Amino acid sequence: MKDLAARILNMAQMRGATYADVRVTTRTLQTITVKNGRVQELSQNESQGFGVRVIADGAWGFAASSRDDYADVDAAVNRALEIARAGALSKTRDVRLGAPEANKGSYRSEFKLDPFMISMSDKINLLLKADDSMRRVKKNGAHLVTTSELVFVREDKLFASTEGAAIQQESIESGCEIQALATNEAGDVQTRTYPWGRHQQTRGFEFILAQQLVENAPRIAQEAIMLLGADPCPPSDNATVILSGNQVALQVHESCGHPIELDRVLKQEASFAGTSFLTLDKLNNLQYGSEIVNITADATIPGGLGTFGYDDEGVPAQRAEIIKDGRFVGYMTNRELAAELNLGRSNGSMRAENWNRIPLIRMTNVNLLPGAWKLDDLIADTDDGIYFDTNRSWSIDDKRLNFQFGTELAWEIKGGKKTRLLKNPIYTGVTPNFWRSCDAVCDESHWVVWGTPRCGKGQPPQTVRTGHGASPARFRNVKVFSRS
Amino acid sequence: MLGQQKLLHLADTAFSHTKADQAEVSLRVLESSLSRFANNAIHQNVFESNATLRVRVIFGKRTGVAESNDITPEGVKRTMDTARAIAQSQPESPNPSPIPQSAAAQRMDAFVPGTAECTPALRARVIGDVCGLAGAQKLIAAGAFRTDAYEIVIANSHGVSQYHRGTIADLHTVVMNDAGTASGYAVATSPDVRVLDGDAVARTAIDKALRSQNPIALAPGEYTVILEPAAVANLMQYLAWHTFNALAVQEERSFVRGKRDQILFSPNVTLYDDGLAADGIPSPFDDEGVPRQRVQLIENGAVRDVVYDTFTARRDNVSSTGHAVPVPNVQGPLARNLFFAPGDKSRDELVASVQRGILITRFWYTRLVAPLHVMMTGLTRDGTFLIENGQVSLPVKNLRFTTSFIDALRNTRAVARDTQLFHDERSGMTFRAPAIVVDNFNFTGVTQ
Ligand SMILES: [Zn+2]
Repeated sequence: MKDLAARILNMAQMRGATYADVRVTTRTLQTITVKNGRVQELSQNESQGFGVRVIADGAWGFAASSRDDYADVDAAVNRALEIARAGALSKTRDVRLGAPEANKGSYRSEFKLDPFMISMSDKINLLLKADDSMRRVKKNGAHLVTTSELVFVREDKLFASTEGAAIQQESIESGCEIQALATNEAGDVQTRTYPWGRHQQTRGFEFILAQQLVENAPRIAQEAIMLLGADPCPPSDNATVILSGNQVALQVHESCGHPIELDRVLKQEASFAGTSFLTLDKLNNLQYGSEIVNITADATIPGGLGTFGYDDEGVPAQRAEIIKDGRFVGYMTNRELAAELNLGRSNGSMRAENWNRIPLIRMTNVNLLPGAWKLDDLIADTDDGIYFDTNRSWSIDDKRLNFQFGTELAWEIKGGKKTRLLKNPIYTGVTPNFWRSCDAVCDESHWVVWGTPRCGKGQPPQTVRTGHGASPARFRNVKVFSRS
Repeated sequence: MLGQQKLLHLADTAFSHTKADQAEVSLRVLESSLSRFANNAIHQNVFESNATLRVRVIFGKRTGVAESNDITPEGVKRTMDTARAIAQSQPESPNPSPIPQSAAAQRMDAFVPGTAECTPALRARVIGDVCGLAGAQKLIAAGAFRTDAYEIVIANSHGVSQYHRGTIADLHTVVMNDAGTASGYAVATSPDVRVLDGDAVARTAIDKALRSQNPIALAPGEYTVILEPAAVANLMQYLAWHTFNALAVQEERSFVRGKRDQILFSPNVTLYDDGLAADGIPSPFDDEGVPRQRVQLIENGAVRDVVYDTFTARRDNVSSTGHAVPVPNVQGPLARNLFFAPGDKSRDELVASVQRGILITRFWYTRLVAPLHVMMTGLTRDGTFLIENGQVSLPVKNLRFTTSFIDALRNTRAVARDTQLFHDERSGMTFRAPAIVVDNFNFTGVTQ
């Protein structure tokens, strides 16, 4: 790997690149799926290759190849330079990266049990048991489709640059999901998942065991069936809502994580993902949320899907303050844009899906810091409200202001107690108004670093894995309704 | 590109390394170039070359799948060994889906050398023109220009051996004012890069952006809408996923279950899937190597068929229609070459037929709310206008809809005669769609 990287950088420099970096990556993905009592999918996918990013004539070029014999490497380097020089013809300014980042080091994600060393039969049996536990529940005439899944990822990545950076990183991820889909003759369809769709962390098999899939399976199937007979969420224009921790994670991802991506702010994603309402004039000036809202972008917390040693520009992992006491104080940045806007050193948010993609500004772990409440106390403190649990649908406009999220289920809260189960619940709002109405956040005993394994951005499309530390939180004056 | 001969040789090498009862080899080669622009300049510019081997092996009642892009002789052997080890590590499955026997697929000429050989300089020139036209109007253009070439081989131990190659060129742009308060979108897609008209794409987007300044807010509620082809393509995508596939029917979550031949949609609506149509992006066989059949989904409002892969076809005692995605999987077959049959109206006639309504260029962030009626939420984006007395009038602030796409096809009052081709890079799906007029489309919110 190291020899290949050195050869590529040398070629690029000799042929006129003023800057070059290369990532050589090998990724292994193992997927195990059980559906309706049988193994549905068992596969292992290995992807390897290199991507070389150059600046020549003041413009970017990038080429990536899965094959590394001399002719392929030679062609890829030439292609990257050809692309840069073609782009330079219409450039409006030269790319500048600010101070060099000549970091050398290595990083290995923390895990106790290497999931690739756990026998396949142990993994399959775990899913078969969880599946069986879902299918054993009393159906009351409902039709049930059960699915469960384990996903494991191993990634080895070398980064080197003409500035002298040389970084080796190795990470392991483990993810899991169980799902019960219940239907009835009336045509109602209800889904429950656990932990929340697929939950994933940069941890080993111990993460899977800690989720207690088998123990939770009967409850998940029962709730899917119960939802068929539940009342729809009653509409209100000013409801008090409590969001479960995983729904807070999704709310942070969509309404805070995406709009703080500095490339979006500068309209670089305008043709696809969109722009951001957090324009440059809002920095340090906007009251984004209430005073108890504190959000960080933190690539250093253990276990997060956005946890690493160095980003894909070779910048060390950092903890950046985004929302401080409700005020908007920071973006996620990269080297080029941090230099352009004099924002100091990049805060290390450049991430690529794999060897064949350029890094883009991506969420690391964007977290709502814990507050002071216990969840039971918060519910007891709520006279009339709705508890929304586990995301089902999510949609937000291209500036990240107007959102509408549905969850798999909700509970009515009356007189400080959870009373009725409610189906097809939806809440909708406008980002800063919503966060300013936050009047309670639960404490660290409820705080989980939720994994979002499928965050999409960029062209060609890139799916990156992000993390979100979150605990349940309460919001006032929210518009809620239901749809089926 | 590696070429048919080399790929078939690789497939033979793979088969020589396995003693499986049944084996399937898929080889995919992709050379993809994409130049991306924003703020009237190219800011991302990439090329990728990849070749992937995927194998499915069945030993008795056990199936294993392995995939790798290491296609060296050692790499091919290792992938076959991995697939075997995976198959043998699991309990017997009572009824594993077999690898299908099938006839040779029709050869389709979908490879345009001009697209495969398109240079970064040529892409930069077209983008330069788009940005120049936008800049002349004090607007900024963003977008992407992609040129892909690909090859596919699917071969199996029953002697099936299919080869196909093709190209795709796609140029789209969002043109906006500096404040980002007015924008317009346009796109062109074809296997042949030479037919893409960059100036026409730019002018359409610029015209929408210029007309979008100072939008008024409309109250949420039900409106008659004209959905332009990009929005119709999005609607078709969700119907393919949630309604017109055999697994959705078998799992009792599809609206058309048990309703064959009932007239449940507007008589103006005819929807079909055709991987062989020359005016689409041809795809003559599916991911199991089964030749694609033309499948009529809706015919003049009547429910017809759904698409099948081998797994779902066996359950219903029918034949696969050639709509498998890589198997085994949990999502089922997919209609991925969709056509909405054109009507007889010009675009002007569509507009003239609307007393009061909303013209929608495209949808954004559409998500399923509930599957049975394909209840969807999403927003309008990049060109939303009020129609009054049969004429396009003022721009309107983007609206959020929460509405059933099944109902939208029930309420389709008119269909345009011109259609447009789309390719969704993420899903690989292609659509040919006209503009349509839909009554009672339900909006639930307005953006700021
Ligand atoms: Zn995302």
